[in-house]
Amino acid sequence: MPQLPGLVKGLGVTFRTMLKPNVTVQYPHVKEEPTPRARGVIALKEENCTACMLCARECPDWCIYIEGHKYLAPPRREGGSPRQKNALDRFDIDYALCMYCGICVEVCPFEALFWSPEFEYGEHRIADLLHDKERLGEWMKTVPDFEAYEAGSEMKPKKVPR
Amino acid sequence: MLLHAVQLAYWQETTIKVVVILGMIPAGALILGYVFLMKMMSFMQSRLGPMEAGPYGTLQLVADGLKFLQKEDIFPEKADRWVFALAPLVVLISTFLLFVVLPVGPDLIVEDLDTGIFFALAVSSISVIGVLMAGWSSANKYALLGGLRAAGQLIAYELPLLLAVVGVVIQAGTLSMQGIVVAQAEGSIFGFDAIGSPYIITQFFGFLIFLAAVQAELTQPPFDMPVAESEIVGGYQVEYTGFRFLLFFMGEFGTAFAFAGIASVLFLGGWWVPGFEPTDNILNWLGPIAMFGKVMFVAFLIFWVRFTYPRFREDQLQAFAWKVLIPLSLLNILATAVLKVAF
Repeated sequence: MPQLPGLVKGLGVTFRTMLKPNVTVQYPHVKEEPTPRARGVIALKEENCTACMLCARECPDWCIYIEGHKYLAPPRREGGSPRQKNALDRFDIDYALCMYCGICVEVCPFEALFWSPEFEYGEHRIADLLHDKERLGEWMKTVPDFEAYEAGSEMKPKKVPR
Repeated sequence: MLLHAVQLAYWQETTIKVVVILGMIPAGALILGYVFLMKMMSFMQSRLGPMEAGPYGTLQLVADGLKFLQKEDIFPEKADRWVFALAPLVVLISTFLLFVVLPVGPDLIVEDLDTGIFFALAVSSISVIGVLMAGWSSANKYALLGGLRAAGQLIAYELPLLLAVVGVVIQAGTLSMQGIVVAQAEGSIFGFDAIGSPYIITQFFGFLIFLAAVQAELTQPPFDMPVAESEIVGGYQVEYTGFRFLLFFMGEFGTAFAFAGIASVLFLGGWWVPGFEPTDNILNWLGPIAMFGKVMFVAFLIFWVRFTYPRFREDQLQAFAWKVLIPLSLLNILATAVLKVAF
């Protein structure tokens, strides 16, 4: 009977697992604590966005819609020529399409996009999953501060613009 | 019955007995289903199991039962309607009859037959007919395969079940369930008689063989080839819906309850509590509690194995019965008989 020790061991595994406390969170009754860097929802810092379209172009699902227009801002110094700037008219993320890959957050050169661990934004109508720039801006409040890198790292942790 | 002072007419006594046993099957199925199938299995898989219906999900099975009652009673178009309808009842009758000889106290037994254990093993095999009827009448290939596998398996494992019991019977010198309990209560292990002589000590191999065979009789994993969900989608139960499926479910768990009871009578001393004479009237009250504890212990062993091991292949399953369990149980009988004569 070469199988016998293995069989007994198997019984031991199930018995020990049975006595171990469970880690299940009874979600609707008890709110789950997501990990700080969980990919819940993408937040937009509107003032930092220049409508450069990098995120929209990199998005594998094409779920980011950006519209903007150019305008002439007054010159910085007296006597200078007016500066051309981009204004953001529309910035929508369709969470019905988003696959939470985070490429837009990584690719943004102006620190306008951030991950937030919030996840309770389910809707009854699928169209309501399209978050406009006001809604995306509200998520900024839920973005946690970046954690320090591990000891010995020369990089300074990024700051979340508040 | 319980109170010797009260004299009941035959029909009154019989009605009480029938009602009690009829209540035992769903009650046993509910208890085993909740404690083991839902909770213990979940804990063994690092889950919580049902938590919403009632405190800690205690009413989940009741809710499931009510759900089954609301379902449409579907007959497959080509099914043999009579046989199809009767099959779950035949399975349930086998379970029902098992409880007839199960003692829970000195006077608490429906019928103390002289051949109690023989009767129990005989009626337990009626369920094979029910299973085969279900498989054959469903007009479904999966059901037919499952039914035939079940028939082959139940017949193969009936033998070790019976032969494991023979060791106990030789040692007790009686076939009566009450007699076996009393024999264990009055027995002693080399003069030490504080705990009597529960046959799990002297008949340990018999106990293991009995449990393995019971596992197969219940078509539970690792012997669940007849109902293998991943291969034949539930076997003989595949066409059953609603109430009739519920009957199969209750039959399975009621039988588990009954077999755990039989195992605790045969090997754990049944309703006898150490420190009392087996004729004490107090055992009519303590006995059922002690019996329930023992039943839950045996059921724990059965379900522990169920939730631990993967399924046997069909040929391994037959080889295990014929090449391992039956020779072992024959050896067990031989050893028991020799030792019985020697001591």
